[in-house]
Parts: sequence; structure tokens; C-alpha cells
Amino acid sequence: MASVSIRKLGVSFGHLQVLKDLNLEVAEGEFVVLLGPSGCGKSTLLNAIAGLLDVNAGQVWIGGRNVTWEEPKDRGIGMVFQSYALYPRMTAEGNMSFGLKMARTPKAEIDRRVARAAGILQIEPLLKRRPVELSGGQRQRVAIGRALVRDVDVFLFDEPLSNLDAKLRTELRVEIKKLHMQLGSTMIYVTHDQIEALTLADRVAVMFNGVIQQLATPKEVYQRPVNRFVAGFIGSPAMNFITGRLSTANGAVALTCSDGVRVVLDGYGFAERPEDGRPVVVGIRPEQIHLTQVFPDSVPVPLTLTLIEPMGADSLLWGSIGAETVSIRTGPDETHTIGEKVQAHFQPSRASVFDAKTGIRV
Amino acid sequence: MTGAVPAPDAVAPAAVRRPRRTTSYLQAVLGTVPMIAVAVGVYIIGIAFTVYWSFTDSKIFPSDRLVGFAQYDRLWSSDRWQTAVHNIWIFGSLSIVCNMVFGYLLAVFMDQRIRQEDLLRSIFLYPFAMSLIVTGLIWQWMLDPNLGIENVIHNLGWTSFHFSPLVDKDTAIYGLVIAGIWQGSGVTMAILLAGLRGVDDEIWKAARVDGIPTWRTYLFIALPMMRGSLATAFVLQAVGVIRVYDLIIAMTGGGPGIATNMPAVYVIDMIGSSQNVAQGMAAATMMLLPVVLVIGFGGAITWYRRRRQEERA
Amino acid sequence: MSGAVLADSGAVERWGVEPAGRKPARFSAGRLGIYAFLVISALFFLVPLYIMIVTSLKEMDEIRLGYLFSPPQHLTFQPWADAWLHACTGRDCNGLSPGFFNSVKITLPSVIISIVIAAINGYALSFWRYRGANFFFGLLVFGAFVPYQVVVYPLIIAARSTGIFSTLAAIIIVHTIFGMPILTLLFRNFYASLPIELFKAARVDGAGFWRTFVYIMIPMSVPITTVAVILQVTGIWNDFLFGIIFSGRSNWPMTVQLNNIVQTTTGTRAYNVNMAATIITAAIPLAIYFISGRWFVRGIAAGSVKG
Repeated sequence: MASVSIRKLGVSFGHLQVLKDLNLEVAEGEFVVLLGPSGCGKSTLLNAIAGLLDVNAGQVWIGGRNVTWEEPKDRGIGMVFQSYALYPRMTAEGNMSFGLKMARTPKAEIDRRVARAAGILQIEPLLKRRPVELSGGQRQRVAIGRALVRDVDVFLFDEPLSNLDAKLRTELRVEIKKLHMQLGSTMIYVTHDQIEALTLADRVAVMFNGVIQQLATPKEVYQRPVNRFVAGFIGSPAMNFITGRLSTANGAVALTCSDGVRVVLDGYGFAERPEDGRPVVVGIRPEQIHLTQVFPDSVPVPLTLTLIEPMGADSLLWGSIGAETVSIRTGPDETHTIGEKVQAHFQPSRASVFDAKTGIRV
Repeated sequence: MTGAVPAPDAVAPAAVRRPRRTTSYLQAVLGTVPMIAVAVGVYIIGIAFTVYWSFTDSKIFPSDRLVGFAQYDRLWSSDRWQTAVHNIWIFGSLSIVCNMVFGYLLAVFMDQRIRQEDLLRSIFLYPFAMSLIVTGLIWQWMLDPNLGIENVIHNLGWTSFHFSPLVDKDTAIYGLVIAGIWQGSGVTMAILLAGLRGVDDEIWKAARVDGIPTWRTYLFIALPMMRGSLATAFVLQAVGVIRVYDLIIAMTGGGPGIATNMPAVYVIDMIGSSQNVAQGMAAATMMLLPVVLVIGFGGAITWYRRRRQEERA
Repeated sequence: MSGAVLADSGAVERWGVEPAGRKPARFSAGRLGIYAFLVISALFFLVPLYIMIVTSLKEMDEIRLGYLFSPPQHLTFQPWADAWLHACTGRDCNGLSPGFFNSVKITLPSVIISIVIAAINGYALSFWRYRGANFFFGLLVFGAFVPYQVVVYPLIIAARSTGIFSTLAAIIIVHTIFGMPILTLLFRNFYASLPIELFKAARVDGAGFWRTFVYIMIPMSVPITTVAVILQVTGIWNDFLFGIIFSGRSNWPMTVQLNNIVQTTTGTRAYNVNMAATIITAAIPLAIYFISGRWFVRGIAAGSVKG
């Protein structure tokens, strides 16, 4: 098992600087997910770790060794690609053994490792088939098998499930998690799907514009997002944002919206003393707004319902606070109507407040 | 923990950037040595020599005596060369235009869901699979007054029919054009048909709903959308026209007299039977000029456009 | 309640959902015109070949009578035998057969060598873009547009000074040189269309330049190689100019032999023999053409795509 350490990494393509001064420490056996929208640099980072890209600055350490200039095959990594990248003219077995053949591993050893990997992934009956004869899910397993036989310490996954349909995605997601629990290897996983990130990761690195916005456990990233981007990116349906100014009148901290509506924020853990008049954005997740006072420390928010979306297991209610719109997640049998004025409640301690200009949590 | 973590200030990248992937990139260079050799040897050095020798007085063998532009003077005042240039313009423009028009017509008709499309396409395209010598000989016979079309029409009763362009020096070039059309319109059709099929289905439907007659759609809507195929077909034709040699040799030998001489024939003649290498080189350089101009022009336009796009982005 | 309506199903059948009016005729005047045009065009292309075949099967007396279109009264294959074995090229009278074998000797190695080199080039240009690679490639593509006559003399001098002029080696090298631009373009575009992750996976697996090429790329190159082979065999077999300049008298390809046979003016022209000879020369590329069908079209489309 090996740790991965990225230090002050810089990668540019021509004049375009994709990564700058990036630092990341992945502990042994940890499952870290690089999450972000397209173009955020996550694939670039992964390819740099793999050695498929030249770095312009900084270092990559794997297992305590400086591998910045090493070839991928010498870094002790296995890689699984989005499009499986299986060699179409070889059987599954051929695909899995190719790397070992290149390293001139003795045949007996190759056979042993392929059999072992095939056993773990339950693809023994598929070994003699060609990729074209396999389903998407089977192909992905063979691709994972190819990485598995290399007997490496670090596994790199580049959006491996993006090409699969929803059902298959869920299935394989579970498999990958089980694989991690079984092998305990260090895994670095790239995806733009937050569900995958939240379910698989020990820690999530949310990336945007080549910068890691937040590196924390899924729970932390979900409940205490460090800036507005992370808050808006994680969570579906998306977090509600209400803009306004802080007011510290009467000893209580509150948000004053543009049309004068006041929302009390007592109980929120401010990092520094809130200053009066500061423009902020308050973020509340739809499931954190309730239509009755469920918790003793909830504060009221007056809303006028504008839209009701039944979604099967729950419903999404849309309401307006003055000029802003928020969504509320409630149970399936709601008997509210459009235009109805309701008193919604939420707990400020669970909300997030961000500076309106910088987006950073206050 | 595997291995100690170095101190933060030891994090600078290696002072000298070790070249990565040396072995494989070296292999790549080695593997493409033929390409480099040809690119440099033939297309830089070769062309350089051709141009160089055009400024000498080489006769049978290359010489190093420079004579300035004397060869070019001689070239442009020679009847043979003038005819050759004149001919290539006529042959080129006529056969290219006719091929494009006829090719497009064939493509349009073939696009009408013909049942025997494959068979017809095979028929239209087969001349392209044949050597230009073969094509030249075939049409030499077809246009022979004693043997070909004229003879057939005579036998059918119409004895005053004349169709032997190759006999007369003023019309010989048109005989070549016919052969050129026979050989090239099939390919043009194939390329344009592919382009036609690449036009989105929905464009046709929209035009139909708008009530535009089919022929108009083909001419004014589809055709402008096929720029790529048109360019491809045109370039393919143009490149073939400049080089045309085999066809001339087989069909007329450059005659009658020098009536169907072409630049390519002139060059080969000069370095071969006429034993005047420098003249040949001068002619060859003249052949090169339009190519360089067109490519240079085209390249400059593309480069300019790309810069504009980058600036906008 | 619905039973009463359905009881009247007879009426539904009678007045049911039949389309009104006559079905438009498939054979309109327009359609006829289209077919007429296509048939006439087809005749334009076929008639010369028909005349050649028919004439080559006639005896000279019959040909002198004229009637070009009529099938032979006395069918004879002698012209074909003559063309193959006895026709005179001005020096010897061995027919086309020496030329045929020469063409084979020229075509086979040229096709193999030019394709192998072009495949390596295309592969290197797609995945291993070293500095300057694109420059050389650009030069090559420029070269594709340059007329042969511009560089043919320097090549002659080069061949002479290295002593290989007028040999098989010279003509093979020449064909390789002139085939390189288009073939490299073909292979490069093909490899560029393959997912780059295949290449990445091979790198992670530890395969270098040559091993990735041999184990991964070559097995995947069957379609493009087919196209390249068709293009090259046709082009090289049909070549005349390079054949007559570089191969040397004893190695002259079929096209050169054909031209010599036909253009010799000693005695009367044996049209039937000449035409038989022409057909024989065209036979191989035509055979490839008819057998490969769609691949041929694909080859043209691919070969004529600019970079």
C-alpha cells in the first residue's frame, strides 16, 4: 500500500495553465475522489499522477518515491479509463496479461495473477472473449482487472462509470466500493458525478478552475461547504441561496433581504464577528427547510408557494421570499396549494453563510 | 508510513529538466527517418536543384555555369512552351468544369433512390481504375476517323458526319478533354454524391415543406453546403491536370505536331529526347510556381483565420 | 354501452380507414427522364469498353469492314494470344507477358514497403508528436501537390550517381517516395480517430514505441490497410512515367510495353491485337476494382481528403 503526495504541482498546455501550485496528500489505503465540472483540471491531475502528462513544476511522490520523471509503468500504478480502453483484438485474458507480458513476467506468474483478479471480479467465464462480445459492465470489469493484475499499490480511475447507463452505474459503483474494502489499496478516482463521489470517497477533493476548493470527508463537504461553489455543486436538488445584508440590530444577527424581509440567523457558527451591513449569501439545503417547527432552534421564514413538483418519494415545493425563490423538500403527500402563504422553518446552525463577493464561508 | 517526508523547502522541481520518454521518442524519430529523408531530400533539396539548374546552361548533363534568366527567356519565346501553357489552360478548365458539372448531375440523379445504384456506380467509376495509357489508347481509337465513332456513323448512312478532333491541330485538344471527362467524371460523381448524402436529411424536409422545387434545392441549398466535397473533387482534378502526361503520350503523342503539347510533356521531352536539361528545369520551375502560390495563399488564409479565432476566444 | 357501437362493425369495415384517391404512380415522366439520363451516361462509359472487347475478338478483315458495334462474325481468340506472347514492341516480339511479370515485380514490393513506412509515419505522427514532426509532415503534404515533373530530374541524377538508375530498386524507391504523402495522411487520420486512451493504457502497461505499434495498432489497422493496398496497387500498376524512366528496359512494366506495342508503326496496325493488349493491361486493376467495390470508393474518398 502506498501513499500519494502531490507537491506544488503545475501543469500547463501552451499558454493555458491548468494546474498551479496544487498540493494533495493521499494517505495509504485512502479512497480520494477528485470531483468537479468539466474543465476543472481533475483529469489533468490524474494523468499527471499517472505519468501520462509532463509536469511543468512541482513533484509527484508515490509510496515515498519521487516519481515525477518516471514512466507510468514504473510508478506502481494501475489505471482504469472511461472508455475502458480495452485492446479490441485481444481476448479479456489477453488484455489483462498484456502489461505483464511487456514486463516479461514468467507465464506461470501471469496465469496466476489473471486467475486471481478474475476471481475477485467474477469474470472467469469471460476470459476467452473479445471486448466486442462483452457488455458494458463486463468490459469495465475487465478494465479493472487489467489494473488489478499489476499488483500495484495505487489505483487510478478516470471517470470509469460515465459511459454506463444509470442502473449499471449503481451496480458497478457498489462493486468498486467492495473492491476497495477487500483490497484496501489507495485509490484516486475522478468523476463529475457527486453521487459517486459522496458514496465512494473517504475524502472528496472538490475542484474548480484547477484549484482544489475543499478537501474533506463527504459529510463535511456536504454539511459545511467551504465556499459558494462547493455548496452549489454538491447536493441535488441544489442548495438554495438567498442574498442580502447582515444586520446586527437588537443584538440578534439576521439577514435583511432586498425587500426588507428579515431572516434570523441566531445559532449559526460565524467564524469571525459578523459586521453589520456586510453583503452575504445564505445557503440552505431544500431538505433543511420544513413547513412546521420541527426543531426547537428553527427560525421562521415566511414564504408564498409558487410551484409544486411531486417527485414520487418526495415533493419539491417552490416558494418565494420577496424576490428570491427557494425550494423545499417535503414528503409525498402534501396538501398545499399554489399561492398559499406558509411559515417555513430552518435551523441556522445547519445553514451556510458566504461572503457575497468572495464566496468564502463566513 | 513508507519513507520519510522531505522538508517543505526541498520541494523545488529538479533543477535540470530530465528529458522524459527519451527511448520511445528516439524510436519515433528513427521510425520516421524515411519521412524526414523524403521530405527534406526530395521536396527541399530536389526542388532546390531543379530551380538551380534552371539558371544554368545544362544540356545533356547538369552543369554549373549560371546564365541568369536566359533559359526562361528562351522558354517563353518558344512556340512549343506557349502552346503547352495555352493547352493546359484549355484542357484544365474545360475538363475540370465539365467534370464538376457532369459529376454533380450524375450525383443528383443517383441520389434519387435508384434501384441499381451500385451497378451504375460501378459503371461510372471504372474508368478511374484504368491506367491513363489505356484510357488514351481507347479514345485514340474512338476518335480515329477510320476506326471510331466517325466511321460508325458513316456506316449508318450519314456520310458527311465528322468527328475526329485529333486529326486537326486546332481541335485536337478537345479530343483530350473528352477523354478527360470520361476518366474523371465518375470519381467526381462519387465524391459529390458522398457530400450530397452528408447534407442533413432535415434540410430536405424543410425545403419540401417550404415548397421549394427539388432542382432548386439541389442547386441553391445543397450545393453551397457541400463545400468540403467540392473542394476535394476540385483539388483531385486540378492535381491530376497539372501532371497529365500518360494520357497525352497515348492519345496524340503531343501532336499533331505540337498541337497537344503540355507542360509535363515538355519537361520530360527536354530532359530526355531534346537533351536540354536546363530548359526542362525552367519549365518544371514554372510548373511549380502556381502550386506554391496556391498553397502559400491557402496556408496564409488558414493561418490568419486561426489567429483570429484564437484572439476571439 | 360500447357493445351497441361495435355491433355495427360492418359499417366500420365499409367506411373504414382506406386512403382516398389513387395511389400516385411510381413511374412518372420525371422518373423516366432520370433513368434515361443515367442509362445514356452509362452507355457513354461502357461503349468504348464494349467496342474494344468486340474488336479484339474479330479478325482483321472483319475490322476493316467497319461495323464497329457488331459482335464478331468469326470469333477468334488469336489476337489475345498474340498480344500476350507475340506482339512486337519494336525490339523484341515477346508480347505483353514480360511486361506483366515486370509489373508484378514492381508492384508487390512497392506496395508493401510504401504501406509499412506510411503506417509507421501515421502512427508516429498521431501519438508521438516529437518536435518538428509536423513540419516534416507538412512538407510531405505540400509535396503531394507538387507535380512529379518538378522533382523527377534530381531523382534521376540521384539514381544515376548511386548506380541504381534503370533498376528495379530505383522504381520501387520512387514509388515509395511518391506514395508517402497520401498514404501517411491516410494512416495518420486513421490513427487519430482511434481513442487515445488505448494508447495511454498501452503506456501504463509498459509498451514502448515499437511494441505498442506491433501489438496494438497493427491488429487494428485492417480497414485502412485494405484501402491503402487498393490505392497503391491501382496507382502503381497503372503508372507509366516512372516505369519508363527509372526501371530500365528489362524491367519495363506492362503499361510501357503496351504503349510500345501499340505505337510501333511497322507494317499494318493490328487493331485487334492492340485492343486485346489494352484490355489485358487494364485487367488487374479492373479486377481489383470490381472485387473490392465499396472499399475502392472509400479509398478515393479517404485518399482525396486534405489534411
